[in-house]
Amino acid sequence: MDVPKSGEFAHIGKSVVIKGELSGSEDLYLDGQVEGSILLKGNDLTIGPNGQVKANVDAKGVTVQGKLEGNCLASDRVDLRKSAIVMGDISAKRIAIEEGAYLKGKVDISRDGK
Amino acid sequence: MALESQGFMKLFRGSSSTPETNEKTAAQKLTRRSSGLAEVARIWAGEDPLCILDMGATSAGNIRYFAERGHRIYSEDLLSASTEPDLAIKDESGNMVLDSRRFLEENLVYPAAHFDVVLCWNLPDYMDESLVKPVVDRLWSVLKPGGALLAFFHTKDAGPDSPCYRYHITGNDSLDMQAVVPKREVRRGPTGAVHRSIGSGFRLQRVFNNRHVENLFRDFASIKFFLSRDNIREVLVVR
Repeated sequence: MDVPKSGEFAHIGKSVVIKGELSGSEDLYLDGQVEGSILLKGNDLTIGPNGQVKANVDAKGVTVQGKLEGNCLASDRVDLRKSAIVMGDISAKRIAIEEGAYLKGKVDISRDGK
Repeated sequence: MALESQGFMKLFRGSSSTPETNEKTAAQKLTRRSSGLAEVARIWAGEDPLCILDMGATSAGNIRYFAERGHRIYSEDLLSASTEPDLAIKDESGNMVLDSRRFLEENLVYPAAHFDVVLCWNLPDYMDESLVKPVVDRLWSVLKPGGALLAFFHTKDAGPDSPCYRYHITGNDSLDMQAVVPKREVRRGPTGAVHRSIGSGFRLQRVFNNRHVENLFRDFASIKFFLSRDNIREVLVVR
């Protein structure tokens, strides 16, 4: 499990199901199910290996190890790990993709940021 | 005596292909020069940002290559998508075919005249027969007038076990080829369905001759062939 290294982050476990708008001002590790939207401007989102997200994401950095169906807008970096399944468009300053990751969508690298 | 014992041991050792050798084979990349790629690279060498569709497996290298040049790159692994178990239906004769109508409802869903370049790679050689022509027709419609499509075809029957390669762009006319090797474990596809076909690898479905290729792309305005020494026919068509 690749949890954020920073000390302070919120954690949504794999048995948790959320429908609606999720927003916050701290880093979030999400290993459950979310349907709706995720707004974490200025903070990082990590979708764990069990995470299943059907939502548009707006965050500073996004790391995906599970499944994301929705568009991803990152002001900094997007990281797709080898177990990632992403179906949606990605807009970020930088992107890193491990071999084995699945992406169906567009990648737009914005050099000037959001 | 030593040779006899070696043969005896081989019987019990089974296949020399192990998960470790498969991993190694998958990791190895062969480099090839591509005249077709050199021709189509002139299109994206200009200053204007283009819309490019890469229809191979997700390639970090290709995404980086186009993103660095300011282009919008779309990635859609159509070969993997064609292995979704729910696509299998029976036709009027009772034969198992893939539901092309449903396939195109879920894949290649883009506005008309959207792409400047489509990189088809070896897709037509390895895709199920029932999907090839519908997919090419859809690609025609999503290409801009004057847009280009690059595809690779085997020139001789290399057999159904001819390796399926993933192509990674490394330069204006060079590609790294990475074999898509069978994995022992089956994997879950984008919808969560179990893809047993991927577990056994992709098989060469057919070998197109020139006439077949011309028929396949008959709705396109022009077609160019590039032959290479590794028995691959590169085809560049323009809408």
